[in-house]
Amino acid sequence: MTKPVMVRGARLYGEGDPVDVLIADGVISRIAAEIEPPAGVELIAAEGQVLLPGFVDLHTHLREPGREDTETVATGSAAAALGGYTAVFAMANTDPVADNAVIVEHVRRAGEAVGLVDVHPVGAVTVGLAGEKLAELGTMAESAAGVRMFSDDGHCVHDPLIMRRALEYSRALGAVIAQHAEEPRLTVGAQAHEGEQAARLGLSGWPASAEESIVARDCILAGHAGSRLHICHVSTEGTVDVLRWAKARGTQVSAEVTPHHLLLTDERLRTYDPVNKVNPPLRTSADATKVAEALAEGVIDCVATDHAPHAVQDKDCEWSAARPGMLGLQTALSIVVSTMVRTGLLGWRDVARVMSERPAEIGRLADQGRPLAEGEPANLALVDPERSWTVRGAELASIAGNTPYEGMELPGVVTATLLRGRITAHSGRISQPGGGD
Amino acid sequence: MKHLLATEGLDAATATQVLDTADGLKRTLLGREVRKLPTLRGRTVITVFYENSTRTRVSFELAGKWMSADVVNVSAGGSSVGKGESLRDTALTLSAAGADCVIIRHPASGAAHRLADWLEGTSTSVINAGDGMHEHPTQALLDAATLRERLGSLDGRRVAIVGDVLHSRVARSNVHLLTALGVEVVIVAPPTLLPAGIDAWPVTVSHELDAELPSVDAVMMLRVQAERMHGGFFPSAREYSISYGLSEGRAALLPDHAVVLHPGPMLRGMEIASSVADAPSAAITEQVRNGVHVRMAVLYHLLAGEEARE
Repeated sequence: MTKPVMVRGARLYGEGDPVDVLIADGVISRIAAEIEPPAGVELIAAEGQVLLPGFVDLHTHLREPGREDTETVATGSAAAALGGYTAVFAMANTDPVADNAVIVEHVRRAGEAVGLVDVHPVGAVTVGLAGEKLAELGTMAESAAGVRMFSDDGHCVHDPLIMRRALEYSRALGAVIAQHAEEPRLTVGAQAHEGEQAARLGLSGWPASAEESIVARDCILAGHAGSRLHICHVSTEGTVDVLRWAKARGTQVSAEVTPHHLLLTDERLRTYDPVNKVNPPLRTSADATKVAEALAEGVIDCVATDHAPHAVQDKDCEWSAARPGMLGLQTALSIVVSTMVRTGLLGWRDVARVMSERPAEIGRLADQGRPLAEGEPANLALVDPERSWTVRGAELASIAGNTPYEGMELPGVVTATLLRGRITAHSGRISQPGGGD
Repeated sequence: MKHLLATEGLDAATATQVLDTADGLKRTLLGREVRKLPTLRGRTVITVFYENSTRTRVSFELAGKWMSADVVNVSAGGSSVGKGESLRDTALTLSAAGADCVIIRHPASGAAHRLADWLEGTSTSVINAGDGMHEHPTQALLDAATLRERLGSLDGRRVAIVGDVLHSRVARSNVHLLTALGVEVVIVAPPTLLPAGIDAWPVTVSHELDAELPSVDAVMMLRVQAERMHGGFFPSAREYSISYGLSEGRAALLPDHAVVLHPGPMLRGMEIASSVADAPSAAITEQVRNGVHVRMAVLYHLLAGEEARE
């Protein structure tokens, strides 16, 4: 039995007067203006901070198994809890690849053993992410991991016939195919967004059309198959237009945007520091503005981190030799505050939608992204909107430290996270399960 | 100036100073039997080439030696570099070993910038001898020196750069340097060999070589690398040659005073007709000769000039 917890003086969704929230047996047992704290309760003084449903990340790389030198389920879970997350989807591009029941069950169990965040393994769409043969989607769905999202992320399921079959087959499993939209023939050797910066810097271009053409194709295929499609890390203005069109014609397509595509642009490439290298690449400020507006409008459904830890030697090298990706779990909320809330594009209720409710729906998680109401599961994130903090890669919970936000002061601090009523992070510290207080 | 990483950002005054120094060195050495100046005695210059190169490497080596520097050549195949050592470790090793200047050629754009970052806090200078598709600043300087010598002046002149601009570090460096020196640059290439962001460059773009030639003071032919010929950037070498090669007939469209440049190595018959490459209007061997003097000037400014001690 976990100790009851009381969050005192929180503003639900940042709205109205502060209330007390009593949590017991994993659920929100009472919400009232003032509650007399029961004996033995653990108190969290919210002092008017914003209470939100715990965040759900549809796109996390936990690197286990295979690259435990950069991240493990344990360290990634800690980063997630500190970032306000109560559920993460662990991408399949591990080594070995999560293309079978054994690996997905291993990841699921490792997540449960750590217990800081619900770890939902994503299964690979194709064997070895090779794009040639469907992985055993049914077996992974039926396994103890209960996989409901499949993705070859890092690679595009580029063969249209394989993609069509994956979409059709997954329909029977109630699963969604999450596509890393990158036409590989258009991105051979690609290093940077194809445009003014890449031209100046002499970096091979990653054209927006390589993303947009796959998104358009897959929206058409998903519509044809009557299946669910999710577009990973939308990065271009043109993709937004395609999504708007597909949604208008009733296609079951959802989409995510990463914090870095909201905040950063290819202007940052001037230093050639690969900490800014990511796939899809940082785009132009026009793209960043457009994806932010699309997120506000709902054309893009949610924010997902694409949290991608990398070893120092894979980043502290020449640009073309570096691996793409950046840390994201602990900075996501702050970047959403910076780019969406402070700019007036989103209110806190919308933050709950894009960080928690919609991703939970897309990932089919019944107990996440729930309303802040009595009787609901107590998966919660408490956010101080007034405070800011300075990012230091070495101080983040991940083993790797590859953050493009090093030294940046960001607004909004996650002060507490609760998973099924248990405090997983509080005041920037992890509360280990079974570790007492 | 501590490093020479790019011509982008190099102002006209600094560039002119380097060209003037090169010119002075050239005149000093002219006709001398012993081409040796004591300027860099006791200084150590290390060249690290991750790509094959004959002219650039030899040119830098001679530049150092003619100024009495100790020049060490590291080739990527024959050292720990070939065993997969990181670029950062190589940079730190060469600096720790006592390099006053590291001259690097690398297939990755930005490699020289990274090197300079890693060597911040040391006294080692970095010269970019060509980084991927980014820049090749000493090539642009030697081109400018050659043009200035031939034409007498650069300001207000018009130069056509012809060919594979997309993949060319020579083109990028020349665009920045020539425009800084007041030259009007026209780029002539098929659309497939132009970078997507070229609209932002201070140049005009044309697909018609014949239309540009009569009004230019110089034409700079770029190298077409073998892998581009099979990369689908244009249908065939024959068609490229017909549209963008500098044939004898086409060279006749140039004004009499116009200069023909090529950074080498040349594909005779394809990029440029043999007769054009060997004609008096071609300054191709002068480019090579000036290359040594320009690189001497760069080494001087980085290692011995007034600004090097600041």
